[in-house]
Parts: sequence; C-alpha cells; structure tokens
Amino acid sequence: MKLKTALMGAVACMAMAPAAYAERGADGNVKVLYSQAVSIMNAYLSSGTKDVEVGSLVLEPLAGFDQDGNVIPRLVTEIPSVENGGISEDLTTITWKITPGLLWSDGTPVTAADAVFSYEYCTHPEGGCAQAARYEGIEKVEAVDDLTVKIIWTAPKPNPFTAFVGATSPILQKAQFAGCLGTAAPTCTEQNFKPVGTGPFMVTDFKVNDVVELAANPNYRDPAKPAFATMTVKGGGDAAGAARAVMETGEYDYAWNTQINPELQAQMEAGGKGKFVSAFGTLVERIEMNMTDPSSDLPEGERATAMHPHPFLSDIRVRKALSMAIDRNLLVEVGYGNAGRATCNLVPAPAIYASPNTDCIAQDMDGAKALLDEAGWLMGANGVREKDGKPLKVLYQTSVNAVRQDFQALIKGWWNELGVEVELKSIDGGVFFGGDPGSPDTFQKFYADVEMYANNFDGTDPEPYLAQYLCDKAPSPANGWQGENINRFCDPAYDALVAELATTRDMAKRGEIAIRLNEMLTKDSYVVVPLVDRGRLSAHSNTLGGVVLNTWDSELWNASDWFRIK
Amino acid sequence: MTDTSVIEKPRSQWADVWAQFKTHKGAVAGLTVFVLLILFVTVGPFIWTKDPTFINPDAVQMIKTRNKPPSWEFPLGTDQLGRDMLARMMKGGQVSIAVGLVAMAISILLGTLVGVMAGYFRRLDGPLMRLTDLFLALPLLPLLLVMVMLFRDPLARAMGPEGGTFLLIVFAIGVTSWMQAARVVRGEVLALKEREFVLAARSIGTPSRRMILRHILPNVVSPIMVAATLGIASAIITESALSFLGLGFPPDFPTWGRLLFDGVDYIQQYPERVMWPGIAISLTVLSVNYIGDGLRDALDPRIRGR
Amino acid sequence: MLTFTIRRLLLAIPTLLFISLVIFLLVDFAPGSPMSQIPLTVPPEVRMKIIEAMGANEPIFVRYLLWLKQFFWVEPLVMIDGIFGTAYAEGMQRIVSWQSRSPVMDIIWERLPQTMTVVGSAYVIGVLIALPIGIYSAYRQYSWFDQFGTLFAMIGFSVPTFFTGVVLILVFSVNLGWFPSIYDTTLKVTDWESFLKQIKQMAMPVAVLALYNAAQISRYMRSSLLDNLGQDYVRTARAKGMPERTVVLKHVLRNSLIPVVTVIALGIPTIFGGAIITEQVFKVNGLGALLINAIHGSDLPMVQTLTFIFAVLIVMFNLIADVLYGMLDPRIRYD
Repeated sequence: MKLKTALMGAVACMAMAPAAYAERGADGNVKVLYSQAVSIMNAYLSSGTKDVEVGSLVLEPLAGFDQDGNVIPRLVTEIPSVENGGISEDLTTITWKITPGLLWSDGTPVTAADAVFSYEYCTHPEGGCAQAARYEGIEKVEAVDDLTVKIIWTAPKPNPFTAFVGATSPILQKAQFAGCLGTAAPTCTEQNFKPVGTGPFMVTDFKVNDVVELAANPNYRDPAKPAFATMTVKGGGDAAGAARAVMETGEYDYAWNTQINPELQAQMEAGGKGKFVSAFGTLVERIEMNMTDPSSDLPEGERATAMHPHPFLSDIRVRKALSMAIDRNLLVEVGYGNAGRATCNLVPAPAIYASPNTDCIAQDMDGAKALLDEAGWLMGANGVREKDGKPLKVLYQTSVNAVRQDFQALIKGWWNELGVEVELKSIDGGVFFGGDPGSPDTFQKFYADVEMYANNFDGTDPEPYLAQYLCDKAPSPANGWQGENINRFCDPAYDALVAELATTRDMAKRGEIAIRLNEMLTKDSYVVVPLVDRGRLSAHSNTLGGVVLNTWDSELWNASDWFRIK
Repeated sequence: MTDTSVIEKPRSQWADVWAQFKTHKGAVAGLTVFVLLILFVTVGPFIWTKDPTFINPDAVQMIKTRNKPPSWEFPLGTDQLGRDMLARMMKGGQVSIAVGLVAMAISILLGTLVGVMAGYFRRLDGPLMRLTDLFLALPLLPLLLVMVMLFRDPLARAMGPEGGTFLLIVFAIGVTSWMQAARVVRGEVLALKEREFVLAARSIGTPSRRMILRHILPNVVSPIMVAATLGIASAIITESALSFLGLGFPPDFPTWGRLLFDGVDYIQQYPERVMWPGIAISLTVLSVNYIGDGLRDALDPRIRGR
Repeated sequence: MLTFTIRRLLLAIPTLLFISLVIFLLVDFAPGSPMSQIPLTVPPEVRMKIIEAMGANEPIFVRYLLWLKQFFWVEPLVMIDGIFGTAYAEGMQRIVSWQSRSPVMDIIWERLPQTMTVVGSAYVIGVLIALPIGIYSAYRQYSWFDQFGTLFAMIGFSVPTFFTGVVLILVFSVNLGWFPSIYDTTLKVTDWESFLKQIKQMAMPVAVLALYNAAQISRYMRSSLLDNLGQDYVRTARAKGMPERTVVLKHVLRNSLIPVVTVIALGIPTIFGGAIITEQVFKVNGLGALLINAIHGSDLPMVQTLTFIFAVLIVMFNLIADVLYGMLDPRIRYD
C-alpha cells in the first residue's frame, strides 16, 4: 500500500507541474461515466453520493478534505484553528474568512450572506434537507461582515468541521435560491439542475438521470484552471460496463466506482488503455449479529425486540466462534482484490481512531469448534450441532449483489464445517435498505439471525457513527423500526463511554475512547463482525492526468487539476 | 407398415396421432433431446454425485480449484468459488425445466381459458378483456414484490422453504404472463365462431361445452403451441430475474437462468461458463418447439391424412 | 363498427380510472421506500423530514386524488400553456418526481426521443423482418430456410438480451471498435456525419431488440399461415388457376393475420415502456431505464404516471386490434 501511496503522490506532483503553465480550457472535453445517473445537482436535496459528487463540480463548501482526510481551504483564506484564533478557546465558535474577490460563475461576488443563507436553506423545518446532520448543534450562523462567517455552537464542539466543510454542505448562491426555502425547495427545478456555483465547472445542459454537460467556469478563482473546456458526465448501466468503457473501448476518460471482480480488473488493466485507482476510507463490510430473537413464532411487535433475547447468539462464545471460522483474506481475494483489505475494526480509519486489533484475521476453525463444544453445542448425528435438542441453525440475509452472494456462499461453507446449518436469503436492495416499516425484509427489522451489509461515516469524525450503538437507538415497533442500532446491542458501559466522548475535547483522548468503543463492539463482544475494509475503486484512462482518489470528500474533488496527457 | 399383406387393424385416434408424430423427423429429434435433458437433470445427480453447492472450506484448496477449465475431474469446469459446474447444471436444470414447464402450463391454461371464454361468450368479452388490459398495464416488479411479501412466509410454512418458493415462483410467472395467449386465442375464436362448420354445429344444437371442446379448441392449437414454446423460454429467464431481485430461490441455489446471469460477469475470461446454461436453455426451448410442431401436424387431420 | 368504437372509447374511461387506482394502490403497497437511495450515513430523523417534505406520508386517498387532479387538470393546462404561451397553470403544483424533484412530464418528454428512435425502430425492423421470414418459412415448411429460421428464432428468443447485448459490445466495441458501447443522448442529427454517428450508436441496441421481437412475431406468422395453407379455400383458389403469389399473399395472408395483429398490437405499447435491460446495457437511458429507476427508488409519482400512460396505450391499441379484426374478417361482429 505504501508504494501505491507514493505513486499517487508522484502522480499528484506531475499534475501540478504542467497545470501551472497550462491555460484554461486548452484540453478540450473530458468524459466521465457514473454507473448511477445523476438526478439533481443540489446536494441538499440529493438522494445519493453520485448527486453530491457531481454537484461538487459546481457547488463548493468553504473547506474540503484532501486525500488524507486533512481539512483544506476552498473558498476561505485559511483553516480556522484555536492557534490562529479562528476557533474560540472554549470551542463554541468558529470564524471563517472568505477569500476576497471571489466570484460566482455569474460574476457576482461571494459573500458571507450566501453562507448564512445556505445554513437557513438546509435547516428550514419544511425543506427536507438531506444533509441536515451537517448543521446539527448550531445555535446561530451570522455574517460578521461581507467576508466573515461566524458559527456559534450550542455547546463546545470538538470537531467543528461539519458545517460548510466537505461536498455534502456546499454554499448556495442566495440570489439564485432565495425563493426556494422550505416547501418551495423541490419546485425550484431550474435552480436545482443548473445552480450558480464557484466550482471549476458550470452546468450547460442537464438531462435527469442521464447526462450532465458542463463547461469551464469563466470566473473560477485559479485563472489557469480547469484545463478542460467542457466536461460530460454520463450516467447509467453497471460497474462492469463503466469499467469497460474506460479500460477497453477507451470511449470515456473516467469511470466512477467500478467495483468488479478482481480477475476482470486484472484482465482489463492488462489491456493497457487505462488504470484502476483505489483508496481506502471508512466503508466496512460487516456481519451484524442479532441480539434479539427473530423467530416468526413470536407475535408481531415482540419479534426481534429487546423483550426476547436471541436463543443462541446472545452467547458470546457462539458469536466468537462464528467470527473465528471466517477467512477474511480469502474473502478479499475473491471479492475485492486490490480494492479491499481484511479488517477487524468497525472504524478502520482515520489513523488516530483505528484500533490496532488484528486478532480476527487468521482463520481458526479448530478454536471455533472447541469454543462451540465449550458452549454446550455438541455435534449431532447429521453434522449439525445441537443443544437441548435444538439444532444450531442461522438465517443469513443480505442485499442482492454478486460479491455479497459469493461471500454468503463462502461463509456458509465455513459455518457448515463448524457444524452450523445456514439458510441464505438475499433481498432486493431497494427493499432491504428502504426502511419501509410495512415490509418484513428491511435491514432495520432484522428478521434474521445475522445479516451483512456495508456502512461508513461521513467526514473524519466517528462520534455520531459510534453513537449509533446506544441502547435507545435500537429499531423497534415503538419508533417505526427507524433506529440505527441494528443489532439491538445494549451495554450501559458503552453508553457511558459515548457520553464521555461527546464532552472530550482533547484529540488524543478522543482517539483512545473511540478505539475503546470500537473494540467493545468488535473484539470484546463480537456483536459486529467486520469483514472487509472496502476501498473505493475507480478507473481512468491513460490520457487523463491529475486524478487523485479521495474517500473523505467528493471523488471529483480535484477535477480542476485534471488535464490531458499528450 | 412393412408387411402390406396384413390388413391393418382399425386404429384409435391417438395411435394415428402417434404414428404421424413418429414420421416427423424434427419432432422425434426434439423428443429425444428433451428426454435426454430430463434424464440429465433427474438421473444425472445420482451418477455424478458431487454437491453443487460444495465449497472447499480449506482456503488453499479452494483457491486451487476455482475457475478451472473443463477437465476429467470437472467435466464442465468450476466457478469462481470452486463449485463443480456439471453438478450445478444438473441441479439448476431440475428447477429451470420444472419452473419453465409448470409456469408455462399455468399461463397457457389461464390464457386459453380467458381467451376462449371472452371470444365465445359475447357477454364475457368486455369484462374479461378489461381484466386483461388491467394485467397488461400493471407494473411487473411492484406486483411481484407485493406477491412475495404477502405469500412467501405462509407458503414457506405450509410447504417448506423450497416447495413454497417453487409454488410462489411458478404462480407469479404464470399469473403475470397469460395475457398475450388470452388476446391471441380470443382473436382466433372470434373469427372461428363465424366459420361455416361452427355455424353448422350450432344449428344442430350442439351445447356450448361440446362446441368449445370439440370444435373451437382443436382449431386454436397452433397459436397456443407457439405461445407455449415462447412461454417456456421466458419463464426460465424470468425465474433468473426473480432470483436476481432476491425474490426467488436462496442465492446459493443454482438455476440455469441464474448461472447464465452470473456467467455474463466472467464472459471474457471463462466464456464456457456462460455457454453451458445458454446452450441448455436454447436446447430445451428448441426441443419443445419441435415437439410442438410435430404435435400440431399430428393433430391436424388434414395433414395426417396425407 | 363506428358505434362499437365509440362505445368502447366511452367504456375506456371508467376502466382506465379503475386501472389507475389499482396501480396506485399496488405501487404504494409494495415494499421499498424512496429512502433506499439515500446513504446510510443520513440519520433517521433527517429521513423522516425528507419523507414529510415529499408529501409521502399523507393518507393514500389524498395522494391519489391529488395525482388525479394533477394528471387530468394541471398537466393538460401546462401543455396548453406551452403551445399557446398562456399562463393558465401558473402557480399550480405539477406532478413532481421524488428522486429528481422535477416535473415528471418534462422528464418523460426528454426521454421520449431516444426511446422512440431505439426501441421504436427496433420494433418496426423486427416486424419487417419477421413477416417475410414467417411467410416464407410456412410456405416452404421444413425447407432449409425454415429450419434455419426456426433455429434462429428460438435462440433469439431463449437467449436473454443481457447476454446478447454484452456479447455484441465485446465483439463490435471492444474487439473491432466499430460501434460505441455507450449511447450518446446529446447527439443532435444535423448533417450527414452526425446522422452516420447516430446510425452507428443505434446499431447494436436495435439489433438486440429487433432479433428478440422478430423471433416472436415470425413464429406466430408462420404457425398461423400454416393453419390456413391447408384450408379448402386455398385448394379451390389454386384449382381455379389463380397465381400462387395471389393465393398466398392475398387470400391466405389476410386470413392468417389475426394472431399477428394481436401480437403486434400488444407490442406497440411496450415501445413506450422502453426496453429495460437493453437500455441499461447500452446506457440509452430511455423510458425503460426511467421506469426501473423509479421503481427501485419507489418514486411513486413517476411510476404511477408512466404506468398510467402505458395503460392508456394498451387500452387504445387493443381497441385498434379489435377494429382491425373486423376489417380482416368481416364476419367478426361485436354488436
């Protein structure tokens, strides 16, 4: 991995050099392919990553993240800190200074009022803003003067880089969106499709869920960028088709999220028309253990709730044995190749939050068998373990996805070897992740013993992510099955530690607590069984330079630096 | 036939049909292939006893046996997890052929019933055809999702997970694919109803039941045959689409449609993996088509007489 | 026949209203929610807010009546405004997609061209190939032409488009480099060169779909013609010394067209429905892709509007088929 990072650095350096004397728009057209098509350019009303990322070509936040997760300035002169006085000593305010002379693509100046407006837009109670979590804990956002924005938090905020930082909380132009507050937000079609922005490009044509045509922003802050005069972002198809268009037919320059099987990756790469790039963020494919009884014999309303603990998964030895039987490295090799690595952690990054735990990596079938024997589950006649006359049988569900189905089959094989009978179930992603309380197949309802999916957290601070496992966040009929504590894990010590994290301001101490919380969920309890740290895999042609993959911000974060290698 | 000196015994109608069927080369070839396919999927697993879902739990062994080309140990090769393709083709064929035939039968029965009723009885025409319009207009995917949500668990409880899923799938495919057959049959019946022989039969007071069974049905056999052969192909493919949506059999359960779908991902490296199920499906459909051709000729007294 | 047509048209109104209600209930009842597309990083409280902003939590009959009003009153007004430059629909809420927050009808109009050019021409070509193949196959039953046609049709129908599409891309885009694998919807045909480009990008999706359509229609044509070729009137016509051409193409063909007309009439509305898989393989992004995306995202206003237009077309074309039966065979009467 080190080599790869070094190579990426080299590419980045190369990108700087020619771009410095390049001229805006000198390199013609660049074609980008998203296997999920873009449906809106406004991140606040978006329904997915693809919208946020393509939107980030036009709409920018005050600051963003670089490929290592560091905060970098975009529309501001510098990143506020306690040292430079931008963040108050008590951590309750943060002050941003907008770069003087900055213009919107329509030629009007960017002011602090635009930032205040963006805050009002997203926090309007009837607007249905998808990124409202970025503005949580804010008492007030005010414009001190034309170029100074001050955010006042309701309580000390150890990580103030949520509002106006990263592609999910961009600045909207007040003049353009003034009539789009609240219930009017969705009706502003023209604004949502062709926003006026500060980014390197601006929209010239927008076809919903199909194609976005962009042109270089004439008022972009760096007069030499972007190198491309126009950009086409096409959507649709699948990952393999997208990879093929870049790596084999050479029709496109860049393909987003080309998650294909490792062998096909190798074969396409051998074609020599392009290369795959990968980078790791916080996305972890995991198995979640159900701590409650999902049996269909229980009446609706009691099924899969804390009223009935799980008959055998509530025993940590069973959970641990199931985890020990898994060979994570093989999963990576079959499913992800270079775009994945085995992990035992729920929070695999950033470095200060990542636990060094690697105990689970080595498969230990004999140890797992011994553990089940110890727990009283003895081998029955037909190769299935039994206890008190009941067979050890698990229902293992996940969403429909070729790699997940391969994982299911492999893990079923190992668990069968342990003496566990496994029934597999795959559910359409729209239903599984839809959260419809009427459907029995959502991942929140968890009407199965174990389930597998991937999740990550937004930005670089894992606090809200770890806070998902609080006792009172368990999905249940009372909250319409809308909790995030999918396993119904409940440990008062954990809750107390999460409360402590919320008030801790020292970064090193925060890291320690986060690692402790992560371990309480994984290696101490095996409630969450992490499998693979999934990287982002994208493809670009050999003639496209300047690509640096970034998992902490929009993948197109540095599109202004892209250029054509001649 | 060979000994002309013996006077032939009067034969029953069905013996006649069979004799005519036998002379139809395509039909005999189709029947042979079809019987072979059935034997392959039913008797095959008793001879080739490898487990179609077996994955070597030892990682090193598994890596060694994955993505194998055809060899003596694995006559059709192995897939990306080292599962034996021959065993998977046999197991998959059981389901695919069964689903194809049963779902086709349901859809043809429903279609013919609705089509004949609507075409023959003027009073039923309006309501039945509006019902057909309704079914044609319903979006398939939400309909299937709703059916699965409502009936999967009760059926699985009543018939066991596999039996329940099978019933649900054939029923779902059958219920959503009868409309074309119904429209086609109705069109034919509308025209037949006014033909001389029907009018003649009616004028001597033949009851409706007899009319339909003796006079109408035999004359709409050919479009039904076409609908049936096409129906098998689409049922097999629809089944794979269903399991792809997570609505069908468990994900590790092979079916031809599913093998074909999974194989497309590996088409460049291992083209044989997509060929096997593709050939199997095409052979099934082709053989049924020729059997249908032969049957139609054999059932047509004008041709039989020649 | 005229009174029959008028009566059927009048009857179509309650039928369609009923169909629209059934579709609405079905789509609403189906599991899945517009939230499935939103990343898991968005917390539940925010999700509830989004649902509220969409109006998706209103009682179902309120939403249905609102849709009816929007579809039958607001949208026609918008269309009138568009044509005459009036402003009747100003300030009225149009049908808005939940996914893209833009008017559903605008998106449909945007998608119509590529669907019509690709799926529509594939259908026309499919029919144009299928009829002669079907006729000649039946006329020369069991000739090598017929055997080959049968093989071709059966393979064409039993091999799904997700497979043929990928094979075509691998052969003609990757290896030979003749055709683009991605359909460019922004291409405007202005001159000879762009026309050629358009033909090139249409070639593969049209070929895949035309093969599939032709396979089906040629089988119906063949079997129906075979039925009629054995009839007594054919023998009579031949005995009278009528030219073979006239016998087959005029008398037999006309009598065997009823099932073919039925199948074609059922097929034409599906052009509007688009071709879900083929559109996805070649990234045509027509109405099929629109519908499947909307279904996956539980975008109820979009699914409802698309399926309803589809239902209108089905009812219309089935009526046309019924009228055509009467023309092909004047003995058929409906009164």
